Order: sequence, then C-alpha cells, then structure tokens
Amino acid sequence: MPSGNLSIDGIHVDMEHLKKGEVNLGTSIMAVTFNGGVVLGADSRTTTGSYIANRVTDKLTQVHDTIWCCRSGSAADTQAVADIIHYHLQMYNVQNAQSPTTKIAASLFQEICYANKDRLSAGIIIAGWDARKGGEVYSIPLGGSLHQQAYAIGGSGSTYIYGYCDANWKDGMNETEAVEFVKGALAEAIKWDGSSGGVIRMVVLTERGAERKIFFPDEDYQGDGR
Amino acid sequence: MTSIGTGYDLSNSVFSPDGRNFQVEYATKAVENGGTSIGLRCKDGVVLAVEKLIQSKLLVPGSNKRIATVDRHVGIAASGLIPDARHFTSRARNEASSWRKQYHGAIPVSSLADRMGQYTQAYTLYSSVRPFGVTCIIGGVDEEAGPSLWMVEPSGVGWGYFGAATGRGRQAAKAELEKLDLPNLTVEEGVKHAARIIHIAHGDNAGKDKDFELEMTWVRVDKANVVEVTESGVVKGHGRHEEVPKELVEEAEREAKKALEVEDEEDEKMEES
Amino acid sequence: MNHLPEAWGRPRDDVYGAYDHSHLRPSMPNQHTQEPIVTGTSVVALKYNGGVVIAADNLASYGSLARFSNMERLKQVGTHTVVGASGDISDMQYLFDTALEDLVIKEEYQNDGHHLRAKHVYSYLSRVMYHRRNKFDPLWNVLLVAGWDDGKPFLASTDLLGTTFSAPALASGFGASLAVPLLRRVCPDEESVAKISRERAIEAVEECMKVLFYRDARSTNKYTMAIVSGEDNKVDIEWKKDVELQKQSWKFAEEIRGYGAQIV
Repeated sequence: MPSGNLSIDGIHVDMEHLKKGEVNLGTSIMAVTFNGGVVLGADSRTTTGSYIANRVTDKLTQVHDTIWCCRSGSAADTQAVADIIHYHLQMYNVQNAQSPTTKIAASLFQEICYANKDRLSAGIIIAGWDARKGGEVYSIPLGGSLHQQAYAIGGSGSTYIYGYCDANWKDGMNETEAVEFVKGALAEAIKWDGSSGGVIRMVVLTERGAERKIFFPDEDYQGDGR
Repeated sequence: MTSIGTGYDLSNSVFSPDGRNFQVEYATKAVENGGTSIGLRCKDGVVLAVEKLIQSKLLVPGSNKRIATVDRHVGIAASGLIPDARHFTSRARNEASSWRKQYHGAIPVSSLADRMGQYTQAYTLYSSVRPFGVTCIIGGVDEEAGPSLWMVEPSGVGWGYFGAATGRGRQAAKAELEKLDLPNLTVEEGVKHAARIIHIAHGDNAGKDKDFELEMTWVRVDKANVVEVTESGVVKGHGRHEEVPKELVEEAEREAKKALEVEDEEDEKMEES
Repeated sequence: MNHLPEAWGRPRDDVYGAYDHSHLRPSMPNQHTQEPIVTGTSVVALKYNGGVVIAADNLASYGSLARFSNMERLKQVGTHTVVGASGDISDMQYLFDTALEDLVIKEEYQNDGHHLRAKHVYSYLSRVMYHRRNKFDPLWNVLLVAGWDDGKPFLASTDLLGTTFSAPALASGFGASLAVPLLRRVCPDEESVAKISRERAIEAVEECMKVLFYRDARSTNKYTMAIVSGEDNKVDIEWKKDVELQKQSWKFAEEIRGYGAQIV
C-alpha cells in the first residue's frame, strides 16, 4: 500500500510492484541504432529473489519479421504483452497488405502498457528495421510513456552503465562498432549488477533480416558471436 | 435492363436468375443523377472537385458543403444521395479515428478505402437494408504511398485511380481526365484542370441550365511534414486536406470559362466551313 | 513542503499527518489512482502586452534519474494555443497525442471557419481533468494553457483535481514557489500586463528558468519556449526549441571557502 510519501527512486518502485514469488527479469537490456540497422542486446539471468531461476533466458523477443523487443520487469507480464503485440502485428500485415512500421509496433506496446499501467510491471525496449526509416529504437518505461531514442538501455543493470554508454556512444556507427558497443556496455552491467548475468544475447536487424549472436562469460564475451 | 419488374428487384438479398443484384444497379442510377465529382491524383498531392447543383436561389452561397474532411490527410467527394454520403463520411471518420486510437498515427488512405469498401458491400447483402446511393471518391496523401486516390461504388467495389469521375457528367469528365498526364502534374496544375473538367462536365449533360457552384479541395504535404520525395517527384508524408484558396479557384474558373468559349467558337467555325 | 510530483494532490503531511489507510482495509480490494513515474518538472508562463510567453525544460525524470533529456513538454493546439504540461509524462502523452489531436481533428470536420481558441482548449482540458479525478483515476499533471483569445492574451491553469484558475503569471510544480514570486515582481496584477513588453516578458521567463535550474533538482539547462502573440484576431506563435540557459552565475563559488571560520 503506498504511503503518503513514496520512495522517489523509481527503480525500487519496480521491484515493489512485483507480487510475492514472481519471476523477475532483473536484467540488463539495450538496443542501439547504427548505419543500416539496429542491434538489440540482453543478459540471460532471471531471478526469484536472489535465486537464479534461469541462467540462459532469452529476453529478446520477435514480434514481427524485423521488429523485436527487449523485455524487463515481470517475465509473465512482458511475455503476455509481447504475445498480444505479435498477434496485432500479424493482423496488421494481412489486413493492410503492408508490413507494420517500428513506430506502429511501439505505439501498440504503449497503448497496452499505458492502459494497464496499474496492473503491469513491464519496461520494454522496441527495436526494428524498416525500409523507409532504417533502424529505430523506442523505449517504454514503467508508466507507459513512449520515447524514441538513438539508443536505449533498460532494466536494473542499466543504472550502472549510463556513464559508460554516454561516453562511448557515437552517431553513425557501423554494424561491428555497434555490436562492440553493446557488448562492452552489457559486460559492465553484468559485472556490477547482481540481478544481471550469464551470456550476452544479441539480435542484429538489417535489410538482411534478423541475425542472432551469442557471447559467453567463460570466454570473456570474446569471439564473433558465432 | 431486361428483367425490370420481374420481382427480382425488390430485395437486396435476392439474386435475379441471371445473377444480378438489381438494388445495387438502381443505387448506381441514383449516383448517375447526382452532380459530377472528380478526383485527380497528382505527383505532389490530390485534388477533389464537385459540381454542386444549386437547388434553390434562397440557399446561402458556399453552404451545404459536398466535400468532407475525414481526417487531417483525407477528404471525400461524393455523387448521389447526399444523406447517404453523409453517413458514409461519418463511418469513414470513425474508421480514421479508431485507427488513430489503436496505432497512434494516421490511417493509410488505402486501408481506409478498403474498410469503406467492405462496409459498403455489407449493405448489398441483407434484405433489411438498401445499398448506398452514392459513389465516393476518397483522396489523401500518406507516408507510405504518397498521393492516393480511391473510388468506392454502391456495390462495394473500390479501385485506386490517377483520375476518377462519377455522377451525371462522368463520361465527359473521364474523357478529359484520360487526356492528362496525371502522374506528372502538380496539384496547382491539377486545380486548373479540375475546374475546367467540372465546367465541361456540367455543359455536357441535361442539367446544364441549372446553376452550380464549383467546390474544390486539395490534399498536400506541408514542407515540414515531407518524409520523402521520390526521383519522379512524388511527395510522401502526412498531407493536409483543405479547401483550395478562393483566389486560386476563381482564377481556375475564369480560365476554364475562357477555354470553353474558345472551344465553342471553334465548333461554330467548323460548322460554317 | 514537498514539491515533487509524487506528493501532488495529497494533503500535506506536515499539516494533516500521513494518510491513514486503515479504514479502507477491511472492505473490497480497493484499486486506486497510481503514481507518476516518468515526470517533467515546472512549466512557467507570463502574459505581456500583446501575448503570452510559456516555457518548460526538456527533461523527463525517472525518480531522481535524469532519464530522457529531449522531452518537449509544450504543445501547440490549433492556431491560437500552446499547452504546457508538468507531472507524469505518459499522461501528458495521452493528453497531447491522443486527446488533443482528436479534439482538433474533430473540430476541423465542421469546416465552418471557426477555430478552437485558447479558452475552448482550456475548458476542454479542465473538464477532462475533473472527470478523471471523479473516476479516482486522475491524469497526474498540472497544465498551463497559454494563448490568444478574443483580442487578449490568455493564461490559465488546471491540475489533476480539475482545479481551475487564471493569473497574469503562472507556474506549475517547483515553479509555483520559485518562479511565481519573481514573475509577480514584473507583473503584480492584470492591469500591469499592458506595461510589459514582449522582450521584458521573455527576459523574465528566461530568468525563472535559470533560477529553477539552480534550485530544482529535477530540472535541466535545456528548455523550449513558445511566444504566442496576437493582434486583433491574427495570431503568431514563435517557437524557440532546445534553448540552452545563458549567462549563468557560478564564478562566485571560487570565493566560497569552508562553511564557517575556515578561510583557506
């Protein structure tokens, strides 16, 4: 029950919002635009309290061909929301005989997150590639507002890497640079945030379609991501 | 119409033995008696124009508009039964508004035309309703397709056009539209042609002694909202549907009348020789 | 007094004590309002002879985290009006992108040569705000409506309770405490509006933005300003976007040593 004066730290509000025993995507997630596309990245840790319920989680979820999202907050809530959006975008595609834009996907997410704000704990980053706009990133934090950004970070681990990202971000990176940027940032988040950990998963969205990458902690996240 | 009065024309939900729905065909007749409407899809926008027949000298000039705004970027011009057109427009507005609620953006003109086609078609299926006595020309400019022009008929069929015409003067109007290089016209040029074509269409049919007002709107993209200009000069972005400025309409009408006079003189000369 | 948006709309704890929820507990589960999450701070506005100046900074905060630094919180509505919003950003986006867009589009259906004026937009917004508070589901904002109306400058405020009032100088949030006293020195009452030039008004609002940046921990140094000016029924709205605060005063910090007797 909220008291007269609430904690002003929005991040803690997130944790308190979860029901007892609910599975939480402690999480470090991000999405970054680059010249010709966008790359999404996430750690793979899911916790209930301090127990790691899943150490190889996939938090990068496809909602259309080249529109994906990174999920943070309640696993149950964000999976349900992503499933609903997946349905809407398929319907959009067949009813209007054209692919939905990333903006439309993000707006659908926003509508659900805003209308159900008192029932959901979901912090979602939407990233997509379309022929007209190229790579785009949208962020929907807790209240259900929508923010287009050049890059977005989210989840509990993101608070540790605001400085890293701001210092290392460059406009107009190429694909390799963007992947390195995401990898470097998530490695830091995993290092400092107890609720983040495991492998680093990525999805690269370009004209070529969607391509997955994975980097392992026992290899210091090195290698080409296979 | 061979099978008139054989009883198969009394209900929507009954086919005639040769596979026709007479109610729809009669609705089309209602359209053919209405004032002419035309639409021009140019490279940087869309022009809509109607020949508004003046029913009474007591009406306030400029009142009873026949072209309606459906959303910022879409307009509808209609020929046929005016109340039916009003209902059609109202439905189109609801479609556009609900799209905005769902997707937080403007409806593509093609999707709107498609939905209106489906809505219209539903009125050809049931015995409890009659089809719409209107043909509607839907024009707009959107981000994906640029300028876009559609015509939905009482049967529910709807096609995309570069130039569309309906109403009593449609034959003459179509003949004139076909002479134009519409994909390479600008809306300013389109306005001139539209005025001329409405005047030609008016003179071509039985109602030519009746007064009419020329009503014209266009959909263009404000400079700030242009998303893309293709190599061939097609402008994409969110357009704005509004009345063509008064001065432009007056100028276009003056030129249209002049062009018609010249044509008449030439006709007379030909008769003499 | 706590000026953070989290505390808006609640009785002051220092006067009334913390809210006692116990009497609600035994009955049905009672789902209530919510709380603002991503928030914007003050909006500041001042009338002058021939128009209104309105400004809001570009920050959207997440608790104390300065999360989005490019959030514009002013919106032009129709041709005569600018609305500024502080408080919850998701509610602001609902009002700006859904409710007001819908209002303007539906107004254009008529095509009768009439336009929404500031008073109409204000009336609409205050009804929406009051309606939502009656549903115990308020839109967590304070809104300032600035515009040109009926040949006069217009400025008024409505909030999450649907409270309405008007004054020649208004500010929401922290600005209500810090900016309004400064603006009232320039413009104490409605009569003095006539004596204030456009330049003087802009200068006064800029000064307020600076003081707010010095003293409001949820503010930033980049802001957006709109100047709605009119002459009879012709209206012009000038936008200054992504403006950075000028002529800040920090150098005096060099002279400050220790906190008392220390002089080195």
